Amino acid sequence: MITLKYFARLRDVAGKGEELLDRDELTVAELLDWAESTYPGFGADNVQVAVNEEYALKEDTIRSGDVCAFIPPVSGG
Amino acid sequence: MKPFEIVEEPIDVKKYMDYVLHPSAGAVTVFTGNVREWTYGVRTLYLSYEAYVPMAEKKMAEIGAEMEERWPGVRVAIAHRIGELQISDIAVVIAVSSPHRKAAYEANEYAIDRIKEVVPIWKKEIWEDGEEWIGAQKKYPAKGVE
Repeated sequence: MITLKYFARLRDVAGKGEELLDRDELTVAELLDWAESTYPGFGADNVQVAVNEEYALKEDTIRSGDVCAFIPPVSGG
Repeated sequence: MKPFEIVEEPIDVKKYMDYVLHPSAGAVTVFTGNVREWTYGVRTLYLSYEAYVPMAEKKMAEIGAEMEERWPGVRVAIAHRIGELQISDIAVVIAVSSPHRKAAYEANEYAIDRIKEVVPIWKKEIWEDGEEWIGAQKKYPAKGVE
């Protein structure tokens, strides 16, 4: 199981803040493709993924037990 | 208080100033980012901030470490508020002390620039006729965000 977290605009698009994905292993790129096809209008081109609270590269591998956060463009300050 | 923290209550600036002050510090710069009512002719009623709290605090601490590396001798505290903020409320405070003033000014500006780049915090603007999550439209970087 992989934990997925949604914030800001993406929480609205997904209609939830968190969910579990029943996969053992996938890449960040595959996760973004999954999100784009699961939630129309996700806008994965502008979304980064943090794996266990660290920004990940598209080719990085996500494994069961990891916590992944979809990070839309930030606007703090 | 923690030197790098996300808070839900109004920010007490003096707490962070006091934290960075020590006998070798000859200068303290304090930056506050405040809620602005008018942006390019559009009136904001209030803002709502959200954060991925554990990662945001970690990223702010990393920014502090970057500052200590670039400007040896600086001491840093950063706090960002989340939840609903009214006009003129303080959203972020950055306090930096250094032996001499130049480093305190430079390091402080560096901190706010980095916060806007890498810290997972989001702002929703609420207007009279609608609301929207704000975010620069950036493409996914090939190398992630450093």
